[in-house]
Amino acid sequence: MIISVASGKGGTGKTLVATSLALSLEEQVQLLDCDVEEPNAHVFLKPNFTKRESVYVLIPRVDEEKCTHCGECSEICAYNAIAAMKKKVLVFPELCHGCGACSYLCPEEAISEVGKEVGVVEIGHSNSIQFAHGTLNVGEVMAPPVIRKVKEHANHEGTVIIDVSPGTSCPVVESIRGSDLCLLVTEPTPFGLNDLILAVEVLRKLDIPCGVVLNRAGVGDSGVEEYCLKENIPILLTIPLDTQIAGDYSRGIPLVEGIPQWRGHFLELFDRVRDMVQNEPSQ
Amino acid sequence: MKELVVLSGKGGTGKTSLVGSFAAIAQSKVLADCDVDAADLHLLLSPTAKEENEFWSGQVALIDEEKCTKCGICQDICHFHAISDFKVDPISCEGCGFCYHVCPDEAIMMKDCLSGHWFISETRYGPLVHARLGIAEENSGKLVALVRQNARSIAEREDLKYIITDGPPGIGCPVISSLSGANLALLVTEPTLSGIHDLERVVGVCHHFGVPALVCINKYDINEDNTRQIERFCSGQGVEMVSKIPVDNVFTEALIRGLPVVEYCRNGVSKEIGRLWEAISTRLGRQ
Repeated sequence: MIISVASGKGGTGKTLVATSLALSLEEQVQLLDCDVEEPNAHVFLKPNFTKRESVYVLIPRVDEEKCTHCGECSEICAYNAIAAMKKKVLVFPELCHGCGACSYLCPEEAISEVGKEVGVVEIGHSNSIQFAHGTLNVGEVMAPPVIRKVKEHANHEGTVIIDVSPGTSCPVVESIRGSDLCLLVTEPTPFGLNDLILAVEVLRKLDIPCGVVLNRAGVGDSGVEEYCLKENIPILLTIPLDTQIAGDYSRGIPLVEGIPQWRGHFLELFDRVRDMVQNEPSQ
Repeated sequence: MKELVVLSGKGGTGKTSLVGSFAAIAQSKVLADCDVDAADLHLLLSPTAKEENEFWSGQVALIDEEKCTKCGICQDICHFHAISDFKVDPISCEGCGFCYHVCPDEAIMMKDCLSGHWFISETRYGPLVHARLGIAEENSGKLVALVRQNARSIAEREDLKYIITDGPPGIGCPVISSLSGANLALLVTEPTLSGIHDLERVVGVCHHFGVPALVCINKYDINEDNTRQIERFCSGQGVEMVSKIPVDNVFTEALIRGLPVVEYCRNGVSKEIGRLWEAISTRLGRQ
């Protein structure tokens, strides 16, 4: 079973939920941190890394000796990543998506594809939790290739928990695709509600069931609860606004280690998730 | 005209709350919400849309079943594994057109995508340019560039002094699109280990693109050891830490009323935000 933890709005507690859920389970569990722009799960789980892999995207390299400057490559490139001048071909690697069309279609076979490192994936474990995360290199734009590489390490024999980046665009879609259920962590404020609604739309488009974790309950308003009731989205766990929880978080202490009673709540959350996945009509 | 972009690396540190307050304090400015896939600034500024535009960007491949002879070439060459059973998965398709170019039966066409909308609105604080990326759409970086470009045109046309941009979290495509060429970045962080880790990366992005940065520590009193660590990090990096804002529920209370915090209460944090804006405008004036 794959459970992703996403949110729309940033800073609502995705990593707190993902790490505490992983720490609570007794069965085989793996945590994949797919927030490759700002990965943080390792701050809480302090894994030992045993393997490190670079992530490459393929970009074109033009052999000027073979190139006849016909301009075919720059015409077919959908991203304007390659420009054929009269005497030289310019490649703009930051625009290239690595589709390979220019290399394949060059009539002179003058273009080869070479790897450019955009990030790294590290694999290891934290006690019994299997762990992998990706880190996008600073200055690089494209997170999805790094996310795909992290997900290649998914161990489908046990439970896989995916920590997702905030937002609703391509990195989020890449991270949550293939999940059996997505937990949406939000807070009871108008910002939390607005971004929850956007995240729910993404999940509906991808046909992935979801449940809500309401964090920092106690301040704010009732908008999120009213919305969930109206849309028939279950609130699976409520975490109050609490100075001890915030303090432990600031020091990198997982919730279930700072306040061990929370383990029971996370196990209940997991049971409810499993029930929802098993009762899902399409499964 | 000077452009300030507010970033954070980590989400939820208070970017939008601060930008909403700057909107109320600063004179002669246009506002730009560049967090196009989870835009929230409008919730504080209650804009009235003056202009709504479609954002067409990128393409997606479509296979004509009648023409397709199931040769399988498209499936073999697609680097994004977007084609299986002779059907294109529009979510995986990156619109490169490779399949369109190689299909021997001319059975593939490329369709333009409506990837979102962007708006020019009026608010009680001045003009706002904002956008809404379509659900699960790509090209957020291009939509961000479009929002900034329009904010710049308005600032030029109306001879405004500042462009104040609310940026997205992270360090990837839309962040770089929000940052490149701006005059100054304000990095809003919090004294948590996650906040520190993410701040280090976003400072790296600012250095990489040559944009000077100032740092504001929000909720500085949840962990004063970590706050001191951030201050040491900033001085080591030559980045000025200009403001420390304490934890205060008035941020949430103001948000629930749909108001920038400086309009909801005049004391405490609001005074600190006023000082922060002064530090920013002084710094922008020196450039």
